[in-house]
Amino acid sequence: MSTMTFGRAINTGLRRAMEHDSKVVLIGEDIGKLGGVFRITDELQKDFGAHRVIDAPLAESAILGTAVGMAYRGYRPVCEIQFDGFIYPAFNQIVSQVAKLHYRTQGRVKMPLTIRVPFGGGIGAAEHHSESPEAYFMHTSGLRVISVSNPQDAFAMIQQAIACDDPVLFFEPKRRYHVKGEVDEEVDLGSFSLEQARVEIAGEDVTLVAYGALVQVAKDAALAAREEGISVEVIDLRSLSPLDFATLEASVRKTGRLVITHEAAMTGGLGAEVAASITERCFYHLEHAPVRVTGFDIPYPPAKMEHHHLPDLDRMLDGVDRVLGRTNSLSGLEGN
Amino acid sequence: MRSVSGENLVQLLTPEGTRVAGPYGEWVADIDGARLQGLYEDMVVVRRVDQEATALQRQGELALWPPLLGQEAAQIGSGRALRKDDFVFSSYRENGVAYCRGADYTDMIRVWRGNAPSGWNPYEINMATPQVIIGAQTLHATGYAMATKLDGADAVAVAYFGDGATSQGDVNEAMVFAASFQAPVVFFCQNNQWAISEPVTLQSQRDIADRAPGFGIPSVRVDGNDVLACMAVTREALERARSGGGPSFIEAVTYRMGPHTTADDPTRYRDPNELEDWKGRDPIDRLAKLLEAEGLLTGDVTDRVNAKADEVAAQLRHGCVTLPEPGDLDVFNNVYTTPHSVLERQRDHYSRYLASFEAAGGGTR
Repeated sequence: MSTMTFGRAINTGLRRAMEHDSKVVLIGEDIGKLGGVFRITDELQKDFGAHRVIDAPLAESAILGTAVGMAYRGYRPVCEIQFDGFIYPAFNQIVSQVAKLHYRTQGRVKMPLTIRVPFGGGIGAAEHHSESPEAYFMHTSGLRVISVSNPQDAFAMIQQAIACDDPVLFFEPKRRYHVKGEVDEEVDLGSFSLEQARVEIAGEDVTLVAYGALVQVAKDAALAAREEGISVEVIDLRSLSPLDFATLEASVRKTGRLVITHEAAMTGGLGAEVAASITERCFYHLEHAPVRVTGFDIPYPPAKMEHHHLPDLDRMLDGVDRVLGRTNSLSGLEGN
Repeated sequence: MRSVSGENLVQLLTPEGTRVAGPYGEWVADIDGARLQGLYEDMVVVRRVDQEATALQRQGELALWPPLLGQEAAQIGSGRALRKDDFVFSSYRENGVAYCRGADYTDMIRVWRGNAPSGWNPYEINMATPQVIIGAQTLHATGYAMATKLDGADAVAVAYFGDGATSQGDVNEAMVFAASFQAPVVFFCQNNQWAISEPVTLQSQRDIADRAPGFGIPSVRVDGNDVLACMAVTREALERARSGGGPSFIEAVTYRMGPHTTADDPTRYRDPNELEDWKGRDPIDRLAKLLEAEGLLTGDVTDRVNAKADEVAAQLRHGCVTLPEPGDLDVFNNVYTTPHSVLERQRDHYSRYLASFEAAGGGTR
């Protein structure tokens, strides 16, 4: 066991993957000498060379498009998108090429790309630097979508993502980059599926589903709820595509109440999919309609306003109160 | 500024069928006799494939077909310059190049019949599945070339695209990356004058080839209806890439004599005189004139070439009409390399849905 930051855990995972497979190459903006704007690729170019840690010209579509070409020739590119809001220029290559080439070629061409995306807010950043675009990619068949919440998962699952023959969107909660945690570097990678959620805190009354940076907030909320005698089960989704409905169903069958939280906008978001699917799958176990505690349907706001947008502990607890039918912010409002 | 002839256009075979000398002539000095006849046969055959596929579409056997009529020299000249281990990334119109790569004729029409998302295995003929998103494949070619360089191999990636694609960001980004990484890639632009209804004048205010030097990429404009010139400039570009000289850009000035696809109607936007003008520069006619002048187009030769074209057309038609129908659950295949739990559930549910008709005594709703 060693203690390391979330960012160092990904760095260590990347290093392991590069040592393990000479076909793993990194490509992105400023990832070489600088080590990336978040230093996630720190020292990797020095140790593996500029031919394997490639500083790309500033063109996201080309980062993805050239990675497709490298994958055609048997490489496993790991693309870094510098910030969440910079991914849209690459959207066509991701959605129309990366996601569909295995299908289009009837399984003859594999696209084992990993697309790393620092995502989410809470760091007081400028526009386009705090977004949560995961739902676009969850909606795209052919992609796997992962979001890790802690250093151990980050270390293990970045390696699993790189080893996976499917393209993986790997969303890293950037406000957690500097948080330290225990990492077992000798952990059995096989025990980290790319499809499994994890029950972070077991509980009986409410299922609270989160991913990325909000997992820690949800855990804090569960502890606060416990003081009020409410037992909240916290689930870290980890995989956003596919969603691990086995774990979700087992929890909701037990609690009968579901709250989903994410920073991304509500409409058409992950919460909508979880709520709809769980309602379909275990309607008769539900004691209340699923509740979403999410960012609003607004462009990501300026830094001094972002605390209104980001779900925090109190908003999660308000959601818990709603799903339990306790007095809450919308009490008395019809159709809430 | 733009022109379809003139001094800056590499030409080794005039529309009148005269072979002319020039600085590029040495690149095809070996192309004579049987090799000239071979290029003629290739062009006749791919034109015949094109006509047969167009007929199949008109007869309802194909949903759509993108004709290459008029672009045979650009595709055969460049396609025959490639080595087996070079890798082609093309658009949907490069069936002449696919023919050079050895594509199965049936594989050329699977997509257009709607039977499958693609035809040939890219690794069997070293040609990627044709790209429909305009220009996207130029980045794939560049990335492939970057990987080739990492491998220390001397194979070259070749990107085929049209004049319309040059307006796309991806094509411009591909040139930036290719130049910065000195990737062994050849950008082969067939300027066929039209992007569906939009003339090349809407895409560019300069000759397209003029753009490449701005990216640090040497470029050449070639008579795209001159099979010898197309082969010569491609050979030069390939040699530059193989010897570590980085990317090249070729603008092959040609003409799309047919519609964009069988769903298009060029009479709505094109002056018929333009087509007549270009017919005078037909790529096959001019090579035929040269062969005739050199006594290489005897009755035996034309009989052999026509028989080959007939045979290929018959194979194409037979392959088309005998393609097996896809299976009910094939739509779910190959979305992922390993099972994806949510998609597996959808497949299972749909299979139960289909089975429910059989349980009810057959028939469909």
